[in-house]
Amino acid sequence: MHLELIGLGKTFVNGAQNGEVRAISGIDLMVEQGQFVSIVGPSGCGKSTLLRIISGLEKPSDGKVLLDGREIVKPTHDVGLVFQQYALFPWRTMAENIEFGLEIMGMGKVERRAIAEKYIELFGMQGFEDRYPSQLSGGMQQRVAIARTLIMNPKLVLMDEPFGSLDSQTRNDMQEFLIDLRNERNDTVLFVTHNVDEAVFLSDRIVVLSKRPAKILRTFEVNAPHPRDRTSKDANDIRREVIGILKQERMSASPVDNAVHALRKFSAVRR
Amino acid sequence: MWRYLPVLLLLCLWEVLCLLGTVPNYVLPSPVEIMEGLGALLTTGMPPGRLLHNHILYSLYRVAWGFSIACALGIPLGLLMGWFPLFHRVLSPIVELIRPIPPLAWIPIAIVWLGIGMRSAAFIIFLGAFFPVLLSTASGVLSVSPILIDAARTLNANQKDIFLKVLVPGSLPSIFVGLRVGMGVAWMTLVAAEFSGVKEGYGLGFMIMTARDIQRPDQIVAGMLVIGVIGLIVDWLFRAWEARLRPCV
Repeated sequence: MHLELIGLGKTFVNGAQNGEVRAISGIDLMVEQGQFVSIVGPSGCGKSTLLRIISGLEKPSDGKVLLDGREIVKPTHDVGLVFQQYALFPWRTMAENIEFGLEIMGMGKVERRAIAEKYIELFGMQGFEDRYPSQLSGGMQQRVAIARTLIMNPKLVLMDEPFGSLDSQTRNDMQEFLIDLRNERNDTVLFVTHNVDEAVFLSDRIVVLSKRPAKILRTFEVNAPHPRDRTSKDANDIRREVIGILKQERMSASPVDNAVHALRKFSAVRR
Repeated sequence: MWRYLPVLLLLCLWEVLCLLGTVPNYVLPSPVEIMEGLGALLTTGMPPGRLLHNHILYSLYRVAWGFSIACALGIPLGLLMGWFPLFHRVLSPIVELIRPIPPLAWIPIAIVWLGIGMRSAAFIIFLGAFFPVLLSTASGVLSVSPILIDAARTLNANQKDIFLKVLVPGSLPSIFVGLRVGMGVAWMTLVAAEFSGVKEGYGLGFMIMTARDIQRPDQIVAGMLVIGVIGLIVDWLFRAWEARLRPCV
């Protein structure tokens, strides 16, 4: 597996104001087989848009996404996407959710259930097969969503702030679970988060994005072996540096924000 | 059970008022008289010889026809309206133009087109049930979270898979609301349609109108009661069916 982003850019056309919003600009990135790469950036900077483009859900305005040298133009089961809001089908039981992709492929009921059972065991969720998502905890729901993605054995797994809506204890558990899962399967993961601690704890590489339009500001390599100490000096050093960059990004207002600000002031005076 | 006590007390008060003659029984028959009226409907029939269960069967038959056609057209059209924005834009103005016309206002033209009888009754009932089914189905499709569609797409689902495995099950709760509302309207429309004449000489609305013609308020009220109870049972059946189909909620 080899992922390559070449000069990726995205501009949204805002119909109402006849304006354009540049979300992403000139992103180049390479991810190799088995790497865990985190993308952090200020909120609203276009991280999710980036993942949606890589997954093929959205088309880039410039540049392209290459997976093993082939351009991605539409969603494929080679690229899995895990959503922050889990996006489980509420009318399907846990096992039926996990089987969804196999069912789409036309696999028979017995066969796909057998495979799903393996994942349910690997994820430590036995006994909940016939529960509906609404009957599961947030952590369990996100594990179901991850299992539903991994059962397709995607070459690349995209995760869009997957633990963003979990409480901090569950979040830590899920991070450790993800590390264990990687040891087991050696998936290639591109992980979006706004939580710097999480990125430092999980990743081989951290990519820091600027605010809109998002471009790559810096890249950190994290070489510490797993399991990692969340409070080690090395971890703290990286964390401090990343947080520093993000803070600076937030402080310096973009031209767009300046314009909006000026406009608000102007209308306030007129009133 | 004690919450039914007020109902019981009310019935007792009603009975006493009737016995004392405070309320004359040609205005409002007493509960006991109504029950006797119901008995007469079951045994003698109204008009005599035409028994209650036959009236019920004819009414249900008419509703079944009108309602089935409403579902057969309303659900697929609603799904299409929800799925294709263009279809929605084209169809909406037509729907909004026809929908405000009460089904009963269609009776004269329905009789001109289809004659008095089964077909015009089914048509009126269809009109009553069609719009709730159509609009609930369409809004059900629109209410399916786009993120579920995205999730399905990343799992390799094509348009047909998304339609059958995401949009249809996702809009099912809303479709059921439409079915229940539609059935309620169909039932109301039926009785009113039967007031204005039936060819077969059977039907709950027809039965009540006949009871009125020969001044039998006890049988009128008993007929009303039967209509209410059947409506309740039908709604309850729908809810039971829904619970079987969607055990997750």
